[in-house]
Amino acid sequence: MKVWIDLADLVAVAFFIYGLHELNSPATARRGNRFAMAGMAIALIGIIVRTGAVGWEAIAIGVAIGGIVGIYAALKVKMTAMPQMVALYNGAGGGAAALISTVEHYVVHGGAMNDVIAVSLVLSAIIGAVSFSGSIVAFLKLQEVMTGRPITYPGQQVVNALVLLAIVGLAAWFVVSLGALPAWGYAALLLGALMLGVLFVLPIGGADMPVVISLLNSFTGVAVAITGFEIESKLLIICGALVGASGTILTVAMSRAMNRPLTNVLFGAFGSAGGTEVASASGGPQQIRSASADDVAVMLAYASKVIFVPGYGMAVAQAQHSVKALADQLEKRGVKVLYAIHPVAGRMPGHMNVLLAEANVPYNQLLDMEDANPEFPTADVALVIGANDVTNPAARNVTSSPIYGMPILDVDRAGNVVVLKRSMRSGFAGIENPLYEMPNCSMLFGDAKASVDALTSAVKAL
Amino acid sequence: MTELADLIAPLTVLVLAVFVGFEVISKVPTTLHTPLMSATNAIHGIVLAGAIVIVAGLFGVEHGTGMVVLAVAAVTLGAINVFGGFAVTERMLQMFRRKDDAK
Repeated sequence: MKVWIDLADLVAVAFFIYGLHELNSPATARRGNRFAMAGMAIALIGIIVRTGAVGWEAIAIGVAIGGIVGIYAALKVKMTAMPQMVALYNGAGGGAAALISTVEHYVVHGGAMNDVIAVSLVLSAIIGAVSFSGSIVAFLKLQEVMTGRPITYPGQQVVNALVLLAIVGLAAWFVVSLGALPAWGYAALLLGALMLGVLFVLPIGGADMPVVISLLNSFTGVAVAITGFEIESKLLIICGALVGASGTILTVAMSRAMNRPLTNVLFGAFGSAGGTEVASASGGPQQIRSASADDVAVMLAYASKVIFVPGYGMAVAQAQHSVKALADQLEKRGVKVLYAIHPVAGRMPGHMNVLLAEANVPYNQLLDMEDANPEFPTADVALVIGANDVTNPAARNVTSSPIYGMPILDVDRAGNVVVLKRSMRSGFAGIENPLYEMPNCSMLFGDAKASVDALTSAVKAL
Repeated sequence: MTELADLIAPLTVLVLAVFVGFEVISKVPTTLHTPLMSATNAIHGIVLAGAIVIVAGLFGVEHGTGMVVLAVAAVTLGAINVFGGFAVTERMLQMFRRKDDAK
């Protein structure tokens, strides 16, 4: 019997990997997801057969509650709220890993375990708990229950270091004593790890969330892989490793797209104190030109190529459907419309792509940065919708700028740039954008959705 | 000290899986990064299998009610992770279409 279950696991793993492989193109991605689902079903049936369905009542209750909550939330969530939803699911996985270790520690081993299990148990408890509480703080920030700005206080690094040291100390004790820790010791370890997760995400600001979410994703993957060592399951090891690899790739891609080392994103508390300094140091208001919706509509309607540059402002204003309506109007007049998407636009990797896909924008009109930048010099208008720092030309040549060296979208190289913006408030990084003073740039102030709707009706009226 | 020999097999699996993961995932285009993230999220929901093992392990040994609650909580969290992750990925992927696709 056992060999058949092992075979089932093998099939499940093959389905997972093939499923992820099919995610390499939007055309096959759905099939990929179905394969992964089938793999999961096979794996779960296998595990129930293996355990002889012992305790099935308890399992059924847990699966029923979790399944209903998970699916209900998945069907109800707005696409703009996807980053926080993914953060929550991620935290759930991390929390489950930490709970498994805890039960394993108190019951199954009761203090008598070998060194491999001791090490993997304590590691998966710590990493799972960090991922759990960190994901919840990320959720609260993204949901704007708490401020999205970095939260810092004096001595923050010292506090974090002390908590980390305490955790390392308790973990070492746990391993050396092979799990024979007093009850308070394990409780303190778990609490410390939960605290560390909170402390670690607090000082990270909203615009750095794509990095944090990717990193937490990889943490949960690692916690699950280690849980695999703990309960001797190759299935968990493989799945955890796949997710850990994916999270790592995304984390590296995101910090590269901001041209900042990961340590700077995590420990830099970007734009908190430094930002205000820069803003006040430059002195005096920027000289800008503001335009009316009618002026911009004329510019767009008689252009031959227009590039839309969406940013987090589009998500906040829920403007994606309005943007698509404007694009339809322009295309009806024979204007070529493209979308240029910066890797860190929004609050998670690929955030803008999902929003535009929701609004039925065909994915072959969405250009990533490398493909978009050569298009700007031949574009008549670049329409920036709620994006700021990712279009800031200061990143190219102002060595003193905090975002110096960050790859940007070259909107300033388009014939005209129109920036839709709520106010002249600086972007997340707290720095001025010299783009707004350029002679080919004009500003259209207002809520992104209202502005885009105004443009659409103005274009229609022409 | 556990025999290192016993660790070689799982470590081999781990290392190979990491390499496969890097290979497969680096081919995913940026436009699909959000669904990729939610799909991998759902895949680490395999932790649910671990939670099921733990619940089963509670039977036949001395344990308090607290442990049952924790184990069921682990199952619940794992189930949220699996079902929610796949459902949300499916929902997102339904929206991706080419220009010439039928609406």
